[in-house]
Amino acid sequence: MNSNVATLNKMQTLIVIGNGMVGHHCVEQLIERGALEHYRLHVFSEEPMRAYDRVHLSEYFSGRDAESLALSDASLYQTPGVTLHLGVPVLEIDRVRRQVVTSQGCVTYDKLVLATGSYPFVPPIEGAEGESRLVYRTLEDLDAIRAAAVNARRGVVVGGGLLGLEAANALKSLGLEAHVVEFAPRLMPVQLDDLGGQALKAQIERLGVGVHLSRATQSISAGEQYRYRMNFANDEFLETDLIVFSAGIRAQDALARLCALEIGPRGGVVIDDTCLSCDPNIYAIGECASWNGSLFGLVAPGYQMARSVAARLCNEVAEPFTGADMSTKLKLLGVDVGSIGDAHGNTPGARSYQFIDETSASYRRLVVDASGKHVLGAVLVGDNSYYDTLLQYMQNGIALPAEPASLILPSTEGAPSLGPGALPESATVCSCHNVTKGSICSAIDGGCTDLGQLKSQTKACTGCGGCAGLLKQVFEHELIARGVSVDKSLCEHFAYTRQELYALVRVEGIITFDELLAKHGRGHTGCDVCKPAVGSILASCWNQPIMDTSLVPLQDTNDTFMANMQKNGTYSVVPRIPGGEITADKLIAIGVVAKKYDLYTKITGGQRIDLFGAQLHQLPDIWAELIAAGFETGHAYGKSTRTVKSCVGSTWCRYGVQDSVQMALTLEDRYKGLRSPHKLKFAVSGCTRECAEAQSKDVGVIATEKGWNLYVCGNGGMRPRHAELFATDLDDSTLIRYIDRFLMFYIRTADKLQRTSVWRESLEGGLDYLKDVVIHDSLGLGFELESQMQLVVNRYECEWANALKDPEKLKRFRTFVNDQRPDPDIHFVQERGQRRPIMAAELHLIPVIEEIA
Amino acid sequence: MSQSDTQRACSSSSRVNPDAWQAVCSQEDLVRNSGVVVWLDGAQVALFYLPAAEGKTLYAVDNHDPQSGANVIGRGLIGSIKGDLVVASPLYKQHFRLEDGSCLEYPQQRLRVWPVRLNAGQVEVAVA
Ligand SMILES: Cc1cc2nc3c(=O)[nH]c(=O)nc-3n(C[C@H](O)[C@H](O)[C@H](O)COP(=O)(O)OP(=O)(O)OC[C@H]3O[C@@H](n4cnc5c(N)ncnc54)[C@H](O)[C@@H]3O)c2cc1C
Ligand code: SF4
Ligand code: FES
Repeated sequence: MNSNVATLNKMQTLIVIGNGMVGHHCVEQLIERGALEHYRLHVFSEEPMRAYDRVHLSEYFSGRDAESLALSDASLYQTPGVTLHLGVPVLEIDRVRRQVVTSQGCVTYDKLVLATGSYPFVPPIEGAEGESRLVYRTLEDLDAIRAAAVNARRGVVVGGGLLGLEAANALKSLGLEAHVVEFAPRLMPVQLDDLGGQALKAQIERLGVGVHLSRATQSISAGEQYRYRMNFANDEFLETDLIVFSAGIRAQDALARLCALEIGPRGGVVIDDTCLSCDPNIYAIGECASWNGSLFGLVAPGYQMARSVAARLCNEVAEPFTGADMSTKLKLLGVDVGSIGDAHGNTPGARSYQFIDETSASYRRLVVDASGKHVLGAVLVGDNSYYDTLLQYMQNGIALPAEPASLILPSTEGAPSLGPGALPESATVCSCHNVTKGSICSAIDGGCTDLGQLKSQTKACTGCGGCAGLLKQVFEHELIARGVSVDKSLCEHFAYTRQELYALVRVEGIITFDELLAKHGRGHTGCDVCKPAVGSILASCWNQPIMDTSLVPLQDTNDTFMANMQKNGTYSVVPRIPGGEITADKLIAIGVVAKKYDLYTKITGGQRIDLFGAQLHQLPDIWAELIAAGFETGHAYGKSTRTVKSCVGSTWCRYGVQDSVQMALTLEDRYKGLRSPHKLKFAVSGCTRECAEAQSKDVGVIATEKGWNLYVCGNGGMRPRHAELFATDLDDSTLIRYIDRFLMFYIRTADKLQRTSVWRESLEGGLDYLKDVVIHDSLGLGFELESQMQLVVNRYECEWANALKDPEKLKRFRTFVNDQRPDPDIHFVQERGQRRPIMAAELHLIPVIEEIA
Repeated sequence: MSQSDTQRACSSSSRVNPDAWQAVCSQEDLVRNSGVVVWLDGAQVALFYLPAAEGKTLYAVDNHDPQSGANVIGRGLIGSIKGDLVVASPLYKQHFRLEDGSCLEYPQQRLRVWPVRLNAGQVEVAVA
């Protein structure tokens, strides 16, 4: 704390202009470092939404919404002392009066931080306006592109740099035929050399994106086949329905120019090593700042500046900003591209090694210094698995191996990849948050043994995410080095993970718990952790009725009694109502049963009816009546398929494009009773209006004009997660084939009690990997997964119908085996016309237990 | 259920007064590796049957779960934890030793236990 400020006892005002990624990081750092003890903080944002993850902006097109892209909880900006002015651009800075001017008035500052970022550069081309002059930078830009794409067939991106290719990918994902027009003779001219650019072009053309190099657009006029015509030199032209400009960015330095701050040679506010502009009260950070004549268009250097300024404003020792490494690795249109350090070999005396594989269109170049001892830079196209190692060689000045070329040769020969052990303590693992190997080690020494915990403690991997692979390697290497074995045993009876047990059960054809325990476990009994887990594995492998005598003692109590136990020991009963479609007769039948047994009824979120308050001995009678009326069990008690929610779809709805109810019925009928590591929820919507909320489900299906879009791994509940778009415009049978494979792959590889959302997040390789396995059958498992699902489907039987036929199984449904009476301690009271369990406070008979933890 | 404090665990039926044994149900009523409940003069007794266990194969504990206040222990899952046979309460999953009714997680909670035996196809519980 600053004693001067404290003695003055006067709060100063600190203003941050711009709430982009860097401005936000600065605010976060300021709050964390205690700035609110001596500053009132005002943040002005031109955009209407609080800071979001621009790096992952494109995911806005693949299912993420604005809120999930936000960089922090809204509550951060509700911290007392912090005021965020959303949608309020600063119009002018009055350096003499030390005021910022907005349309809502003036605010006086003591210190000012400019974090206004960049804006897309659009070359002055005649006829570029509206939908022929779109850009790709903000959420609003993406909304405009989405709107323009609605009636479009083809889209063109001007600019073949990093962002241009990302924009082209976005157009493709919106269902457009995409083209890229680049002025330079190669793609990604800044990062790649000629050969790298050629390899990338070949790969991208294979994906069906048109690439037009050395083309300068001279004007845009009305088209014949499409809306617009782009006219190039030599009378060449290209027609299109929309044009996105991605021809570079320019520092947003308008405010600085207006108040006569010094501006750099390529734009941007000139800053020194402390990020101070020529005015001692004004700092500039992020893309709007120019250091030593350079601009930095990446998050990591921006975050570095933000941290430095925050530290300085809190009177802490601040690390100076002395430039930054502009190495990047990306997946553009599914193609790996990496560029490290001096990729062009511009350093005097630099020499390179190159590797070209024309069959797979991959290219790698390694640039070394004159002495041949150190890495200066590298270019990678087609395979980024070399990136981490090369970057570490460069950043840490590690001496090259005797045969430097081995670093970029295909790894069949066992290339000397740099193990995490070889990295020095000072090696930066995450450059966004400046986390070194040393700080990871000290977190581990401080007791951290969980990767998630490490991430939240050190913030590693929470910026651009590029360091995920390396972070995990270093973390695990260090844990093992400390003798910590990452214990993934299920419980004391099985030294295996759920996945490993699954494999054993399948491979050895094990069908009982006892057999598995005898062969691979310890002891004779098991426990309440391994028994249900194994029960679920056995059921999803072989789908025997869960009430079989050998399975009964395995089930969780709800599975055993095929009903959900409620807090007073009574059960709720949920008959299956596929797709939420029900006839009047069936509704009446449910009503009759509910009335007869005096059950509390409630409509569930999954479009069915839950009947509460049944005692154990009543369950068989209730089910006999429900089954007679045509119902089946709803498996509400099991870790299994719950519901397939649907909207009415094209049958009734004027917007519907497919029969969503029929599809929901098909899906529910196919997957009902499927046992899985956790419950499964589905939904089908009849059009993009998404009334069935399919994007919050494990499996979501949304109708399109041409078929169905499939979304996977969504979740509602405590940790909501948007489902991700997995495949588009599928016909019925492909849709079901993909879902079969997806679900069986999940069942095979998930941990116990792991929802699809968490499983997906833990999948190495992420969504792309999942697509490879399911769509491209990269593991060659497709047929096996499908036939396994078919086996489960064929063996389906309503568990309650099965149990009712077997007196042995019914033995368990007795409250007392030696007495007919119901449980005398269960009491109900009336509320809103139905009965509910009595509360302890309302009943002197049930002692209130004080020791409840 | 205040008796549970005073009731001592009695692991061997031989020390029981011979007149105290009372038949509660038949062996047929038991479910292997699982529990059923009998009504015993106002008490609810959960019977767990583990025919394959090495030592005792039958246990009788209180059906009343002190944490939830509901009579559900007989519907809990049985298992072994660090060598002790236990039942997990179905509602909040705390574990009770079948041998003496003590709770692994909360020492304040304890289930009453009864001596129990199989006698000529009948299950008998000793009532003090
Ligand atoms: C599609 C895309 C992909 C990217 N991918 C990567 C990547 O993989 N890796 C990487 O490192 N970087 C990537 N970047 C770059 C990265 O997003 C930027 O480096 C980073 O956002 C810069 O942060 P900033 O805060 O400086 O600027 P910005 O995030 O642009 O924020 C500046 C904010 O200031 C506001 N503002 C401007 N003027 C005013 C005013 N007068 N008053 C009030 N507010 C104002 C703007 O509206 C804006 O919200 C990507 C960028 C895009 C667009
Ligand atoms: S999702 Fe579409 S088809 Fe279904 S109800 Fe909504 S608007 Fe109609
Ligand atoms: S390097 Fe960007 S998050 Fe770690």
